[in-house]
Amino acid sequence: MSRSLFDRIPWVLVIFIIALGIPWLGSKYYTFLATQIAILSLFAVSYNLLLGSAGLVSFGHAAYFGLGSYACGLLMKELGVPFLIALAAGGLMAAAFAAGFGFFCVRLTKIYFSMLTLAFAQIVWAICFQWNELTGGDQGISPIPYPGLNWLSSVPGLDGFRVGDYFYFVALAVVALCIAALHRISVSPFGRMLMTIRENPERASFIGVNVRAYELAAFIVAGGFAGIAGALFGIFNRGVFADFLYWPKSAEVLIMTILGGMNYFWGPVVGTGMLVVLNQQITAYTEYWPLVLGTILLVLLFAFPGGLLGALHAGWTRLRSGGRGVRPGA
Amino acid sequence: MPDGHACAAAGGECVPVLEIVNVTKRFGGFLAVNDVSLTVNRQQIAAVIGPNGAGKSTFFNLITGYLQPTAGHIRLNGHDITGVAPHKISSYGMGRSFQRTNIFPKLTVFDNIQAAFLVHRGRGGNFWSRADRFYRDETEALLRQIGLLDQADTVGGTLSYGNQKQLELGLALASDPTLLLLDEPTAGMSANETHDAIRLLERIAGERELTLLFTEHDMEVVFSIAQKIAVLHQGRKIAEGTPAEVRADPEVRRIYLGHH
Amino acid sequence: MELQFIFSQFLSGLTTAIFLFLIASGLSLVFGVLRVLNFAHGTFYMLGAYIAWQVVHWLSPSKEAFWPAALLAAGAIAVLGLLVERLMFRYLYDKEELYQLLFTYALVLILGDAAKIVWGTEQLSVTRPPVLEGSLRVMGTLIPEYNLFVMILGSAIAVGFWVILTRTGVGRMIRAAAMDREMLGALGANVGWLYTGVFVVSSFLAGLSGALVTPIKAIVPGMDVEIIVEAFIVVVIGGLGSFWGTFLGALIYGQVLSFGILIFPRFSIFSVFALMAVILIVRPWGLLGRPLR
Repeated sequence: MSRSLFDRIPWVLVIFIIALGIPWLGSKYYTFLATQIAILSLFAVSYNLLLGSAGLVSFGHAAYFGLGSYACGLLMKELGVPFLIALAAGGLMAAAFAAGFGFFCVRLTKIYFSMLTLAFAQIVWAICFQWNELTGGDQGISPIPYPGLNWLSSVPGLDGFRVGDYFYFVALAVVALCIAALHRISVSPFGRMLMTIRENPERASFIGVNVRAYELAAFIVAGGFAGIAGALFGIFNRGVFADFLYWPKSAEVLIMTILGGMNYFWGPVVGTGMLVVLNQQITAYTEYWPLVLGTILLVLLFAFPGGLLGALHAGWTRLRSGGRGVRPGA
Repeated sequence: MPDGHACAAAGGECVPVLEIVNVTKRFGGFLAVNDVSLTVNRQQIAAVIGPNGAGKSTFFNLITGYLQPTAGHIRLNGHDITGVAPHKISSYGMGRSFQRTNIFPKLTVFDNIQAAFLVHRGRGGNFWSRADRFYRDETEALLRQIGLLDQADTVGGTLSYGNQKQLELGLALASDPTLLLLDEPTAGMSANETHDAIRLLERIAGERELTLLFTEHDMEVVFSIAQKIAVLHQGRKIAEGTPAEVRADPEVRRIYLGHH
Repeated sequence: MELQFIFSQFLSGLTTAIFLFLIASGLSLVFGVLRVLNFAHGTFYMLGAYIAWQVVHWLSPSKEAFWPAALLAAGAIAVLGLLVERLMFRYLYDKEELYQLLFTYALVLILGDAAKIVWGTEQLSVTRPPVLEGSLRVMGTLIPEYNLFVMILGSAIAVGFWVILTRTGVGRMIRAAAMDREMLGALGANVGWLYTGVFVVSSFLAGLSGALVTPIKAIVPGMDVEIIVEAFIVVVIGGLGSFWGTFLGALIYGQVLSFGILIFPRFSIFSVFALMAVILIVRPWGLLGRPLR
């Protein structure tokens, strides 16, 4: 089993460098889209550590995204905590909650696991929605101050950009580092153990894998990175709202992941990019975005169950093998 | 002394590897396993047989930690493993294979075995190195031993039935067990596959100085390789001894062999 | 708290409970047999409400239009369920559970928007049928006759269900499917048609509940999602796939919500989700359910 040339390309770096060029296009709109895609990609990639690697279907991943955004937003707005510290606090807060909730969730399997992740997420949502004194209730927290990023304008070549562009550079760097970390984790022995759990939890435990412990670790890591994504998103959005941790947000990250292809590390990124762009394009013409999304989902389920990357991979192997059908690898 | 023969074959001393002492398992009012004791010595090949519903599967699940006994003790290499979780038992030197093939179907053959090495050698918690760098030589050596080296890059689930059984054996061997538990190792195999599987088992057991405990339907297989046979019937052990002794046992003849 | 007040809270909880039972029983039935949580169940309920409104509107001067409207709505949703199961859902049975869930979620998105396109986003309402316009006074509390009617009808449906489940061959198959899937094949059941039948019955119940709720609640977009979350909580508390569990779950949910609002006015939503989490932790298969095999 040698790694192919394709695997050897440091994709995180390649995509980071390409994405870094977007502000030079000079369009506020493109930077806006790119920021959103970058942040939500991190959210989706963190989710896929559970879904794609460990085979755990969480219905409550938005809770950790939202917790990160509330923690970071409150620290920056109310206490004036510097951005990077607040960001880390957002991730840690989400990871801590993931540890507490995950402890109970990993004791359950299949649909029961999913329902408990949903119940915990809804508990957090109900608290954030109704605890007016702390979270602003349904009014949320806004505005959240932009981090002071003017120093970036003194970097040679970076002068003259808008503040949104500067935030994009920083968010992109944070996202790239986090995705690189998640990639390392997914190809590490730990990631391999998660795959054995996904494939066959019973057999995994008989070769010595402590299934619950590994699942819990994955849950915490995924929650922590979702928290960082949420923290970035709160600043990008200039406000934090209870919607961030409501269940449709959890459904959204699930759909983004499946759309791109949950069997591929980059699947969630592709799915996020496609969904965000489509959403922008379509909501410009019609308010019936859910109708479009539902239709996309139906086509996906019946025609491309492996997601976009799954379909591309299958097409590519068919081309290379001269028309002979080949099973796409996991 | 029924064990004399087997110990002599293993080179003299009788060292117990697996000691099952008065084990009972009750499901509600039903006694699935009733006060069964059994000792398997080093490098012995032992079989548990019995008609359907005799309690063989439950007995196996008790030994491997999948179920907890209602009463009794199980010791493996001197450690009390009664009620110990399955993922810990493998570290005391037990490997097991399942009646229904039980592999990681979407991983390649190589990755299947390598994963077992990773977890057994305590690397499973490493989240910062590339998994594919570890234990390549060990994995290849084991694949060679079980005869699957030429299929290393094949996805596990696409292997033939017999090959999947070999792979499963490999998963059990990766933890370097002293005791191998095999649940119906030749179930569902053709006569040829059964023959090959038994030869492979015998060879590997010899090379690795393994102790074997297995259940089996195929009496020809049992009587050809087992040195010791225990017979379960309705949850109780009704006989134990060498193949010749068991074959001659009147009660066994009456309630078990009579069915065939 | 006065006794009378407690009683009236109790009654309001009971009304909620009977409605929820009507809705959740279909959800639980489908889960028991098909082993999938049908997110679209709430959407079927909402469409039932809209269709009932539509029929009442067409027959509008007629005072008794509500009855045919309710039956037509339930029938239309049953047909919708039939089409969905036969034409689409069945092709996903051999796929992963996740894909089945996502399919039902896609229906939520598509049908929810379709309802908006047809009926708009304005609140719609249906007046109570004239025979049930009055109220009864029980222990000093006014109970609308209509609510009483729904309670009796709901209980009757519960009993009818129970009779079918315990006394008929179909019922035996459904119970077998809920307990042990492999047993179903052994019973020689025509599994395909059993699945279709169960899906259609469940859709019928959803449509009927939607129609029955129209004289009490305004019809608005979003009522589908609101109800499905509540129905989830009910079936989780009672036990996924358990008939009496669903009944018990609905009763508990109704009372927790009704009294929770008094005790922790701000955290009533919190308390039902907390209850759901506690049940899942302590007894994942619900109060009256059984562990899945």
